[in-house]
Amino acid sequence: MKIAIIQFPGSNCEYDALHVLKNVFRQDTHLVWHKDFNSGDFDAVILPGGFSYGDHLRAGVIAAYSPAMRHVREMAAEGKPVLGICNGFQILIESKLLDGALLQNNCLTFVCKWVNLRVETTRTPFTKFINESSILRIPIAHKEGRYVNTRRRIKELYDNDQIVFKYVDENGFESSDSNPNGSMDNIAGICNLDGNVVGLMPHPERASETILSPYKTEHGRLIFESLIKYFNGGR
Amino acid sequence: MTFIDGVKVNLTEEEVEKAKTLLGRDPNQVEAGMIDVMWSEHCSYKSSKPFLKQLPKEGPRVLVGPGMDAGVIDINDGDVVVFKVETHNHPSAIEPYNGAATGIGGIVRDILCMGARPIALFDNLRFGKLRSNHSKWLFEYVVKGISDYGNCIGVPTVGGDVEFDDSYENNCLVNVGCIGLARREEIALSVAKNIGDILILMGGSTGRDGIHGVTFASRVLTEESEADRPAVQIGDPFTKKLIIEATLEALKTGYVTGLKDLGGGGLTCAASEMSGAGGTGVEIDLDKVFLREENMIPYEIMISESQERMLFVVKPEGVDKITRIFDKYELSYSIIGRVDGSQKVNVYKNGQLVAQVPSRMLSDPPVLNRPVKRPSYIDQLAEVSAPPTPLNLADVVYKLVGSPNLASKAWVYRQYDHEVGDRTVIKPGQADAAVLRILGKNKAIAAKSDATPSHSYLDPYNGGAGALAESCRNIAVTGAEPLAWVDCLSFGNPENPEVLWCFNETIKGLTDYALKLNIPCIGGNVSFYNEDQVSARVVKPCPVVLTVGLIEDCSYITTMSFKQPGDRILMIGLTYREMGGSEYYTFYHNIQGGRAPVVNLDLEAVTLKTVLKAVRTGKISAAHDCFRGGIAVSLIEMGMENNLSASVNLDGLSDLDLKFDELLFSESHSRYILTTREEYLNDIIEIFTQNNIPVKEIGVVTDSGRFEFEYKNRRVSCSMSKLRKLYYETIPKYMGVTEWMK
Repeated sequence: MKIAIIQFPGSNCEYDALHVLKNVFRQDTHLVWHKDFNSGDFDAVILPGGFSYGDHLRAGVIAAYSPAMRHVREMAAEGKPVLGICNGFQILIESKLLDGALLQNNCLTFVCKWVNLRVETTRTPFTKFINESSILRIPIAHKEGRYVNTRRRIKELYDNDQIVFKYVDENGFESSDSNPNGSMDNIAGICNLDGNVVGLMPHPERASETILSPYKTEHGRLIFESLIKYFNGGR
Repeated sequence: MTFIDGVKVNLTEEEVEKAKTLLGRDPNQVEAGMIDVMWSEHCSYKSSKPFLKQLPKEGPRVLVGPGMDAGVIDINDGDVVVFKVETHNHPSAIEPYNGAATGIGGIVRDILCMGARPIALFDNLRFGKLRSNHSKWLFEYVVKGISDYGNCIGVPTVGGDVEFDDSYENNCLVNVGCIGLARREEIALSVAKNIGDILILMGGSTGRDGIHGVTFASRVLTEESEADRPAVQIGDPFTKKLIIEATLEALKTGYVTGLKDLGGGGLTCAASEMSGAGGTGVEIDLDKVFLREENMIPYEIMISESQERMLFVVKPEGVDKITRIFDKYELSYSIIGRVDGSQKVNVYKNGQLVAQVPSRMLSDPPVLNRPVKRPSYIDQLAEVSAPPTPLNLADVVYKLVGSPNLASKAWVYRQYDHEVGDRTVIKPGQADAAVLRILGKNKAIAAKSDATPSHSYLDPYNGGAGALAESCRNIAVTGAEPLAWVDCLSFGNPENPEVLWCFNETIKGLTDYALKLNIPCIGGNVSFYNEDQVSARVVKPCPVVLTVGLIEDCSYITTMSFKQPGDRILMIGLTYREMGGSEYYTFYHNIQGGRAPVVNLDLEAVTLKTVLKAVRTGKISAAHDCFRGGIAVSLIEMGMENNLSASVNLDGLSDLDLKFDELLFSESHSRYILTTREEYLNDIIEIFTQNNIPVKEIGVVTDSGRFEFEYKNRRVSCSMSKLRKLYYETIPKYMGVTEWMK
């Protein structure tokens, strides 16, 4: 499996994702400057976190219209796994590969903290090998991460099993206290209809080694491990 | 105010005469501007240099000491750490958002131009009391400025402190520190040493923003300071992020022979310091500088402090390769000149030579020997009588835990991305210092920046020594050996001999403890003129010290939180009647006076080394510096993260017959609180008794939901849930946030 991490001007979590995939999982992973990205070269693509184009106009919107995203769209259409983390999720939303909107957090400030995520579906390559309803401890760090959609579309997301992660408390219950940004229905991550395009606000690449976790966990690993198993014959 | 050729300069008559003598003629307008900025207090350190000489600057690990943009130390295996702290006080006092943001921008460029990737930011902030709306405004927007800038450039903000005191009401202090990481062979220097090398100005365009930023920083704030708002630069973190990547990529080519950021003093400073350091000269063609405003005159271009600019010195054969990298990142650049052997900064416009000043005349200005005088207030304030002990000490504990200075700063650090980079092992709030691992190796660095102005105000010598001591204690408890430090000293007007006396005492204190512990100072920054005429207030002296330590094995890493009920609590060190400047005196009793804690240099150093030894046994479950708020607040801080409490007996912790309040809240130095499992208790006690360090088991970690303090058969008991509420909700409440998650 050959994985691309696309570097937009202003991306800043690309080296973290590269570190985890390359050094922790020994995967064939490449940082690719957005202008040099070609979909045919890769089996999976990650849109990393950061502030692409300085979040000018709106987080993710300029990158969404970049030529690199045409290639990402092709990969998505071919069923290849696409993962957008934080700003990457914002780009996927702005490019309409995922549905909804990510607005400013309800506390109106940037929030960096460790949260609990509940895995809502195992139909995506990134969750296929995680037990459903597992609780993952992973940090968030964003200012525009409040997931919003129309009630009707949210119902469709439920009906089509497109909600991938929700913010919950330590015991796995959804509550307003466990919702760090005011997202509707505590939604932290969703996927497209086919399940191969996933976006989430939390940063699994920051939670893949015990040394980085205040809880000595490594739950971010599960998401990347799932992708690797998916390619190693687990489809 | 004096004039040269009709240009207003912030120099004395003697300095103007000196400039004329050195130049051999009268400076023209452009030259006057260049001399003015480079001879300003901010760029020249002319008042502080004679005092700064005392500091120990050498050591086996020092690769680059003071004088460059940042100091560099070796951390084994070819890895080096680059670090520095600076202030951005005056800009932040009138435009907090951009002032603080560009403070971050400036310190990041200092690290970057040494060839290192910035990996961590620190900020030490001082504001007036939070009941003032003006202070709230400054606090909110300084934090927002740091958050928006630091988060965008992808450098985690991992540590610092925030305090509130009336003396900072109009003149807030914004100290920003940055740590960078590089390989030894990658270190770049701000020098232009090869004649014929090409000068490339890269990054942002040059405009009129920030003109006279340094002269603005070298005066006291007045009512008219609001009109200085154009002297505050505007930050662009997106461009900065591209500059970071492009610069690091350019350095890897080997064609870059020198590199300097354009900060205070702009192009004049970069050009003169690089050629001054290289013993060369430079030719600059101002027609090549890309401008963002029309009709800028040479005077303005030479002293503009527009942000996000870097000056590269590049081998002629490498220009193509370097500019291709800048093209990739879509960064503007232009070739503005070359290095020559003239030993002068030669500035051309429209083919005409418009300024010609010897480089070293600019980069090495004359120093001043200003007088010092011990302020009379110091002795007056030392003699205050002790207040009566309050009847309800539990109430005092609650008040102190809920004081803005001691309460949790989560409202601040939750706004900072402290995780980006995948290095942050110990995060804000978990321990006394931040710990960052070195990727791919089993080692880490710990760092913390500290200052205690309320102690410095009463006793500048011990305030200085204490800032270094505290910073070293804070990193030692995480398992790190302190290696080197930088300082950032904010004081009032140096033309006032009393201010300068305090400055000198601070340096003496820093020097004495640094010599005792044998750790060098590898850089620093001085900010004078921190006073405002409106309220006629001088800030309390604020010596910030950022110390970096090495953790050779990640298994040493220890946090400050209680881990499990049943763990035994050990108190290291003795408590004295040192109440001056304590949070108990200043916040609870509103007393500005008393004797500030004294640093017993020998005891402080040997205690630190012994604590480090104990922590590195792996048998210490939690370790915390016992300082601000005294034993009571320090113990309570250890319980917050895991919601655990403690039951302790405080008999025998002092040679003196202390009152209960003195024992609970004194802020004596050289004290630590450690916890360990019962089976290790004797081993740990043994380590301290062997070294004649006072050690006493004082109690046990509990999950009872109450903190119990006992002394001479009196008891103080506090509810954990009430303490937690006060600790976590005080700052958010002041800032108008009703619901706040820890």
